[in-house]
Amino acid sequence: MHPLRRYRLIMVIFAVVAASVSVALMVFALRENINLFYTPSSVVSGEAPTNVAIRVGGMVVKGSLVRAENSLLSVFKVTDGISEVEVRHDGILPDMFAEGGAAVATGELGENLIFTAVTVLAKHDENYMPPEVVFAMDEAYKRGKKLTREVNKSNNN
Amino acid sequence: MIAEYGHFALILALVLAILQAVIPQIGAYAENRLWMATARPLVLGQSLFVTFSFGCLVALFINDDFSVRYVAENSNTLLPYRYKISAVWAAHEGSLLLWVLILSLWSLAVSIFSSSLPKHLIARVLGVMGFISVGFYLFVLFTSNPFDRSLPFFLLEGADLNPLLQDVGLIFHPPILYMGYVGLSVAFSFSIAALMAGSVDSAWARWVRPWTLIAWMFLTLGISLGSWWAYYELGWGGWWFWDPVENASFMPWLVCTALVHSLSATEKRGAFTNWTLLLAIIAFSLSLLGTFLVRSGVLTSVHAFATDPTRGIFILTFLIIVIGGSLLLFALRGPTKKRSKGFSVLSKEMFILINNLLLVGLTAMILLGTLYPLVSDVLGWGKISVGPPYFNLFFVPLTLLLGILMPIGSVLRWKKSDSVKVLYYFNGPLVCALFMGGLIPLFYGSYEVVAVVTIFVASWVVSVTARDVWQKSAHSRSRLHGFMRLNASYFGMIIAHIGVAVCIAGVGLTSVYSIQRDVRMEPGDQITVADYKFEFISIGPFKGPNFIADQAEITVTKNDLSVATLYPQKRRYLASGQTMTEASINSGIFRDIYVALGERLKGDAWALRVYVKPFVIWIWLGTLFIALGALVALTDKRYRRGHKKVIN
Repeated sequence: MHPLRRYRLIMVIFAVVAASVSVALMVFALRENINLFYTPSSVVSGEAPTNVAIRVGGMVVKGSLVRAENSLLSVFKVTDGISEVEVRHDGILPDMFAEGGAAVATGELGENLIFTAVTVLAKHDENYMPPEVVFAMDEAYKRGKKLTREVNKSNNN
Repeated sequence: MIAEYGHFALILALVLAILQAVIPQIGAYAENRLWMATARPLVLGQSLFVTFSFGCLVALFINDDFSVRYVAENSNTLLPYRYKISAVWAAHEGSLLLWVLILSLWSLAVSIFSSSLPKHLIARVLGVMGFISVGFYLFVLFTSNPFDRSLPFFLLEGADLNPLLQDVGLIFHPPILYMGYVGLSVAFSFSIAALMAGSVDSAWARWVRPWTLIAWMFLTLGISLGSWWAYYELGWGGWWFWDPVENASFMPWLVCTALVHSLSATEKRGAFTNWTLLLAIIAFSLSLLGTFLVRSGVLTSVHAFATDPTRGIFILTFLIIVIGGSLLLFALRGPTKKRSKGFSVLSKEMFILINNLLLVGLTAMILLGTLYPLVSDVLGWGKISVGPPYFNLFFVPLTLLLGILMPIGSVLRWKKSDSVKVLYYFNGPLVCALFMGGLIPLFYGSYEVVAVVTIFVASWVVSVTARDVWQKSAHSRSRLHGFMRLNASYFGMIIAHIGVAVCIAGVGLTSVYSIQRDVRMEPGDQITVADYKFEFISIGPFKGPNFIADQAEITVTKNDLSVATLYPQKRRYLASGQTMTEASINSGIFRDIYVALGERLKGDAWALRVYVKPFVIWIWLGTLFIALGALVALTDKRYRRGHKKVIN
């Protein structure tokens, strides 16, 4: 082979290998570091993995927020309209956190289905609701409709 | 009537922009001098009308004209004047108007400072800029008109500016960031013009370089202002979150940094011409992509923005036309003539190549992490978010590698350097950097590897650079004389590289040695964090112009010496009822002390966040140096000389 061609071939092979290795590394790292979102219903039904970093979100149930006396620990429940998940957070809750408002928590789910949050995000003004919470409410709404349909069907039968 | 005048002026600006996009291009194609010469007056007219339109929107905000929907949504009679004016660009519609305003000002600047350029080139450049303007005018007029009235039922009082945005950050951050974003359109237009003409030479690179440097400077300042703002206002002491909105501005910066370097090789050695053209196209494409990501609301972000699917589709279409069109043009017309002069491994070209590969690799990594949640959502793989660990995993080691290679590349010669001399050259600096890296962390409580590495890299950059300046300033007459003979480009590079070192040191040390405590405190309580004693003295009411607040008084002492008294606030804005945390910070060159009020727990007991962050200010000091370096490089004589020479 012509030396120049061989040189070019080596360069091309090198570039392809380097690019594939780096893309593979990136995708691998990405898979390790993504946080999947689960709705409260999917947590209760056991779809969500335990002891892995995930995100859970929904509306904060009114009257569910309880604070500890001498620490920053707070416990509250989030709902998608059907199921509720208990969330524990040892830290400062964000400014816009409110009962009845939307919240998305990142953390791990324990065996007892209690979610221990590392961070809590909350946004509640009229214009903005986290897309995940909208998704969770929609899913629950669909599920609810399906349920009623099935109930109606069985009643008719 | 002001709103109608503004709207009308905007339509006229659109018409002029259409003419600007079409006539000079045809002129350049058909060799018609008269048609080519229309570019300048059209640009002038376009910028006058859009400036007038922008002025109208400012006037509407100052007059509290709440019949205009955009004003009603983002202002309030109680809002201080400085925020009324900056509220113009606080939300979607107005910020896009600012975008086109800045684009027209860049076009105007190009048309004024390019009298020495070939007529064809300037006609084509302004034509391309006109085309981009048309896209954005259409976008503003059809999907996001800030002059829409909400007649007949309008509000008597505005909803107020989002409290998060009521801050000096809003006054400076968006305009400066946009100056950078939009400034990349100049390099882009020059590239497209060069592809149309089918020729790129070192003169072309010399014309593009100053424009790229200015855009890069503004982008650097804009991003670091945003990061600083997030640090004290939005993020509870976090200065970078790898949030999509932040990534959207960081990706163009990385590519622009690569462009600034490859342009120097194109100018000095005629190397990497194709690559330089491609980088200019990618840089601006990423800035358009950033606009799309931020403005279409497809991504979840901690910096919430309004969402509207029609807008997203419009920008996406525009994005495809611009990026697809320019890449197609590149594929068809990219210079094919190889003028490769060859260079050895130990040459400036090689190190610029590595620098470019690393920067583009980092950009690809960030792009993947930013778009992955979007792709995953669309393809139904689940709703995910990509956390900082992913970004840090790649960014930290690659940046350190860049830092180690950077000063080597800067002292090497073009084409080929003598390897023995080079090895000898780096001995001293290496010893110095090892010494500093090993020693300095001893003064802090724990001996951390990260700290050793960052200090090593930072002092390596500084010591190699210092040795180089010393060497290059040697002169038979006197050192001062030799020093004065070095050109501005060189000084610019030195300053920017030192800035990178300062920034690396700041990021590394603040990440390792920061201490954060979330605590519950009542008046009279004390807590000690990293030798600093914080005493919660009192908490009481405070009244601002459009908010009421609880304000705490906290004294900070170290070894019984008073350091600072901090007054963090928890504000409640009257119009919207929103609550806001206003942290109180005592900044110093070696450490920041940061106190923020969390929430009222019970009676006078509050949740408090207390930070001691060493060297955090170095991050922004470093970026300031980088921007200053760009500014100094701009003053280089050869850019001015080129201006005076008339070429026909």
